Amino acid sequence: MTEARTDIGSSDHDLRLSACPACDAAPLAERIAQRAVKTGELVLSLPTVHCATCITDVERALAAVPGVWSARVNLSLRRVSIEAPGLAAHDLIPVLDRIGYEAHELDPAALSATAADRQGRDILMRIGVSGFAMMNIMILSVAVWSGAEAATRDLFHWISGAIALPTVAFAGRPFFASAWRALRAGRLGMDVPISLALILASAISVFETAQGGRHAYFDAAVMLCFFLLVGRYLDYRTRAIARSAAEELTALEVPRAVALVGGQETAVAVADLVPGDLILVRPGARVAADGIVVTGTSEIDRSLLTGESLPVQAAPGLALSAGEVNLTGPLTLRVTAAGRDSSLARLTALVAAAESARGRYTSVADRASRAYAPVVHLLALASFGGWLGVTGDARLALNVAAAVLIITCPCALGLAVPAVVTAASGRLFRRGLLIKDGTALERLANVDTVVFDKTGTLTLGMPQVAAPEALDPAARPVAAALAGASAHPLSRALAAALEGVGPAAVEDLREVPGYGVEGRWQGQMVRLGRADWIGTDEAAPGPASWLRIGDRVQRIDFTDRLRSGAEACVAALRRRGLRVMLLSGDNAGAVADIAVRLGISEWRAGVLPQEKAAAVAELSRDGAHVLMVGDGLNDTAALAAAHASISPASALDAARVASDMVLLGSDLAPVAEAVGVARSAARRIRENFALSVLYNIVAVPFAVAGFATPLMAALAMSLSSVSVTLNALRVR
Amino acid sequence: MEVLVFLIPVSLGLGALGLAAFLWALRSRQYEDPKGDAARILSKEWDDRPRPAPDKDNDGS
Repeated sequence: MTEARTDIGSSDHDLRLSACPACDAAPLAERIAQRAVKTGELVLSLPTVHCATCITDVERALAAVPGVWSARVNLSLRRVSIEAPGLAAHDLIPVLDRIGYEAHELDPAALSATAADRQGRDILMRIGVSGFAMMNIMILSVAVWSGAEAATRDLFHWISGAIALPTVAFAGRPFFASAWRALRAGRLGMDVPISLALILASAISVFETAQGGRHAYFDAAVMLCFFLLVGRYLDYRTRAIARSAAEELTALEVPRAVALVGGQETAVAVADLVPGDLILVRPGARVAADGIVVTGTSEIDRSLLTGESLPVQAAPGLALSAGEVNLTGPLTLRVTAAGRDSSLARLTALVAAAESARGRYTSVADRASRAYAPVVHLLALASFGGWLGVTGDARLALNVAAAVLIITCPCALGLAVPAVVTAASGRLFRRGLLIKDGTALERLANVDTVVFDKTGTLTLGMPQVAAPEALDPAARPVAAALAGASAHPLSRALAAALEGVGPAAVEDLREVPGYGVEGRWQGQMVRLGRADWIGTDEAAPGPASWLRIGDRVQRIDFTDRLRSGAEACVAALRRRGLRVMLLSGDNAGAVADIAVRLGISEWRAGVLPQEKAAAVAELSRDGAHVLMVGDGLNDTAALAAAHASISPASALDAARVASDMVLLGSDLAPVAEAVGVARSAARRIRENFALSVLYNIVAVPFAVAGFATPLMAALAMSLSSVSVTLNALRVR
Repeated sequence: MEVLVFLIPVSLGLGALGLAAFLWALRSRQYEDPKGDAARILSKEWDDRPRPAPDKDNDGS
């Protein structure tokens, strides 16, 4: 409701700016219309939709809600966009929940899908134009190759030219633009020889046609555009899919905080918070800005920031950092630093610095193109000079040089990497692993050491009762009643363990935020909560809760639940011969427990964030290629320092930004699979380069010797491109 | 060979037609959700157009 109020307020402001008299006559209608524009479109993420029935179910359920104008599911992006002026996401999420679909609100501001779409459509349009031009020119070229003579040949060449020149000018624009940028920066990229070949081939062909010559390379020029654009598009698609999913992860956290303005709760954007503001942090919510607790007591989960699995008690005066999660009671904070100055943002900046260090990695493709451009130019220049010197015929020499440029043009080279990366990342995406960085696959293929974080990575960060059977049967109903009254993670775990036990009739149940739950049962006081509150000084090795019934006190131990697939993942990585390590900021007992359960022999506990990064750096210095898998803020520096890095989707934004790959599901098994796919992809990339080089070795001597014909160029170009693409599909 | 006078324009015209169809499909956003379109063909729901907007009474304030 608060949102609606802010919107009307701001549309009032807009109204004053508009100078149309009709608006003043019908201010209410205008306001409603304004609001429709502003809040009309909602975007929800639907991670579980996958089939035709899901589309129908979701759309029908949403359309049945009064106020919903339209709902359209996009299955490729797993999203639904809803036009529902006056409704908010929290009105619609329960509707979907009831029919069994998980839904999350997405922040439309964080989804810049339209800009990305436009770029994709732009490349597709150029592919379409060059494809249709290529087909038409090819029809005419086939006639010339099969023996059209004299006037007919010239006519066909002229028609080809009339189609090819505008096509090359339009479809080749991305290459010309990028080549021009490279030249101005004093570099020779892959696009310089491409542009040179396109321009030279078109110019020579026009000249030859005007002279009534036998060979014209219009088909080759257009075909070059087509194949290279396909390579560009594949490359773009891979990045666009990764980016849109990454954006979606960011958009999941709608950056809103509840501020107290004059005693009233108002929803404000986190970016608008300034030091001195009072914000309310409800139980279960993430702290939006750094601040000091003013009122309220609660417990704080710091695991994402420090890796500790035990909650910290919060009382007035305690300083909290953005990103921590409030567990039990509502807290009011006075903001000390917000947005750019908050500790979270400062750490993110540190990560950005570490990231640029990894930017030094040059991909195989970059290295290949760096070596390639000078070689091609020298070769073309040498054949021009050679033929000019031997025959003294500039026209012939130029023809040969153009043929060399066309034949060596990196059609296959341009497809070699994008085709493999597309095939591999598509495969990993279906298994729930998102690749954010183009060179990530290559780096992942070299990995020989895997370093895991514990809390939130190998474990879910969700406690479970260590030994449910050890709990006194007589006390179980009381424990169930007390646990059921609280939303604290330990209570919820206890309630889950005691499912099926009928809760005892405990009266006067109340939760004391930050301490526990208490009530009265059969005339005696019963409590479930912290040791000091229960009245015992017993210490526990890990997370624990104490139950007091009258005078009897009982300890309930909890362990962290392993992420599904964690055991299989560690075992599979070891089978592949990788060294597996565990570095955690948690205490030794908890870490040792997990290490033993997973069979990891190398582990360290109580590791500080900078020590993690240092440990990774030291491993790298010793020649190891480290894959870091982590989720917390304490892992970000290590994630950025590692050779390759993966973080789960539940990780903090900063950690996801720092890593190359994001694990979308909760299962850890794809991590081991990713290493296999990456190695297979690296092998295919090398094979593809070998194929392209082989084709050049065979074709270039013909071109230099002056035997190349347009037919040969066309055949060689399409054969190499198709073989490279087919080879890429073999990624397993 | 006189037939070429007709055949060449015809072949070019067909090509242009195909290109125009492709550009139309691209501009009307028919490549936005290939997976969804593949699934929708199996559904009996009428979804040719967005549902016509209901009167403003429903628009809760």
